[in-house]
Amino acid sequence: MQMRKFFGLFAALVMISSALAACGGAPAAKPPTAPAATVPVATAAKAPTEAVATEAAEVTQTGATEGPEGTPAPVATAAVTAAATAAVTPVAAGAADKVTLQLKWVVQAQFAGYFAALEQGYYKAENLDVTIQPGSPDIVPEQVVAGGQAQFGIDWMASLLATRETGAPLVNIAQVYTRAGMRTLSWKTSNITSPADLKGKKVAVWFGGNEYDLLATLNKYKLDKTTDLTLVTQPFDMNMFLNKEVDAAAAMTYNELYQVLSAGHKIDELNIIDYNVESTAMPEDGIFVNGEWLKDAKNKDIAARFLRASFKGWAYCRDNADACVGYVLKQDSSGVMTKEAQKWQMDEVNKLIWGDPINPKTKIGYLTPELFTFAADTALKFGVIKQPASPDAYTHEIWDLATK
Amino acid sequence: MAEKPLPSLQRITPAAPASATPGASLRAAVRRSLPVAGVIVTLLIAWEASKLAFGISDQRLPHLGAIIEVMFTRTQGGTGNILLAQMLLNAWSTFQVALGGFLLGGMLGFGLAVLFMQLPMLERGLMPYVIGSQTVPILAIAPMVVVGLGRMGAPSWAAKITVAAYLTFFPVTIGMLRGLRAASPMSLDLMRSYAASPAQIFWRLRLPNSLPYLFTSLKVAASASVIGAIVAELPAGAREGVGMMILNAAQSYNSRPPALYVAILAASLVGVTFYGMVALAERLIVGSQRTNGG
Repeated sequence: MQMRKFFGLFAALVMISSALAACGGAPAAKPPTAPAATVPVATAAKAPTEAVATEAAEVTQTGATEGPEGTPAPVATAAVTAAATAAVTPVAAGAADKVTLQLKWVVQAQFAGYFAALEQGYYKAENLDVTIQPGSPDIVPEQVVAGGQAQFGIDWMASLLATRETGAPLVNIAQVYTRAGMRTLSWKTSNITSPADLKGKKVAVWFGGNEYDLLATLNKYKLDKTTDLTLVTQPFDMNMFLNKEVDAAAAMTYNELYQVLSAGHKIDELNIIDYNVESTAMPEDGIFVNGEWLKDAKNKDIAARFLRASFKGWAYCRDNADACVGYVLKQDSSGVMTKEAQKWQMDEVNKLIWGDPINPKTKIGYLTPELFTFAADTALKFGVIKQPASPDAYTHEIWDLATK
Repeated sequence: MAEKPLPSLQRITPAAPASATPGASLRAAVRRSLPVAGVIVTLLIAWEASKLAFGISDQRLPHLGAIIEVMFTRTQGGTGNILLAQMLLNAWSTFQVALGGFLLGGMLGFGLAVLFMQLPMLERGLMPYVIGSQTVPILAIAPMVVVGLGRMGAPSWAAKITVAAYLTFFPVTIGMLRGLRAASPMSLDLMRSYAASPAQIFWRLRLPNSLPYLFTSLKVAASASVIGAIVAELPAGAREGVGMMILNAAQSYNSRPPALYVAILAASLVGVTFYGMVALAERLIVGSQRTNGG
């Protein structure tokens, strides 16, 4: 009797173990097959031969136009050769430089340019094999790049400066968003037409690195953040604001503003504090790398190629917003994102990069020294950093290489 | 040995119920599922009734119809699966991680319990740390595990399984240890009087006695491992899974409230399925013991 029961238990254990083996096998097999981890491979596999050929032609063209302008000849030739080889045997793509880009947040149109560069083959044309790693509330891109799990990261300047102070030699190589998407929304009924009117109000704000636009603005209007108004921590959604539990709340133009409007409100019901207008906007999405990594001339070249292709991706999204929204939605395995929300986001993000109205002549990614100085001073004033930030926190060298 | 079972430990398996007619078993099945169905129907009625009675807006509580409607919309901008199918895929992704964590944590918990029972010194030394490990919120542990294992070059699924296992091993250790010690002194004395070796006492007395305790803790562990799997998705930067569904749906809640309820449904689906599997395994393995008050 006892034995029989143990045979039963043993059989169950064997079953469970084989299930484990199966499951262990499935996720293990995932990296090469799942759409998530292998965007580059999938793209490479899908790209029809003509597409590869077109890319090769495109590169040749780029090489030709860039040559006279003084691009180091070996680089151009190398890229062209690689692309040409790729056209003959797609297997040769293995020779491409493998790099990973760590995003600040989940896949959404905020990062459309990088997905466009991937899907349009701009990275491949630069002989780069780019993996785009999505972020989440628990991922600090600075940590990932400093730890060497990604070569490129995207984050806001305040966060970059704070991480630099812990000893990680991170360097901003391009400031993709030169305008801030950060706003503070309030209901017209609260009558906040200027930041000075925030006095005595209850204001929701995202802490943890996203509060400095507001703090700098309060400072500008000589409002004390502890005595003159009540600051409350804002969650990811806009329920607090929609339920009128607060007078004002933070919102990104490309995300939360849409949430409020699509919850059935009109933009006329809102007063909006625009930090760009107040000149208190902290730099948002920028591309950074590890300074140690960048010391290598080979990596400088990789970084320049990465920027060039990424900028091209953003230019593509500027001109083909719908296609880019499609690229973003294709990545949404959760299935809950909508085309409408991502299209709104794409349009708003384009304004942060190219200006409003869109100006194609904008020097995409160029961080003006003034913007850096403002960010560094603000970060120091509000305790993000203890010591004045060194100008080593950014460099124009890669941007110059990429855009000449 | 096997031919001469110890009389006092022998359990009487009840004879199978007299061959029931198919109609009767069907009726029994209906009677069994009636309470569950009743609760669901009551909840659904309460949902819509409270919306009506208190005038709760669609922003705060969407109509059930709206939730079902959203399930059948195409994802990825109209080119992908319907959301219901995508929900099941995400649930499956999380389920795999939860199962992996459950098995890993279960084995670890089982091993620790056996070790602690054999070596009480070890229990006194290690138990405080085992308990301490569970007082640190999983939200704080998960990123550490994912970052730590990531730096060591482990794939993200390994980190996710580790987090799920971290939540699983504790209830199993405690429940199993209690179960292993549940053998009555009389039975132990009897075993000793038969000159049973410690191994025999373990396999024939302690282990069978512990099974009901083991399964009780496994049921707790089943839901814990699902929570671990969901929580671990965020620091792991996953693209799929119930956790990502919840995150994305929560972020866009105001523009599409029903989507969050679909995500929550996915989470409970994984939890209930998992629990059901453990309960089924329990019925198959110890069911007859239970009925005898074993």
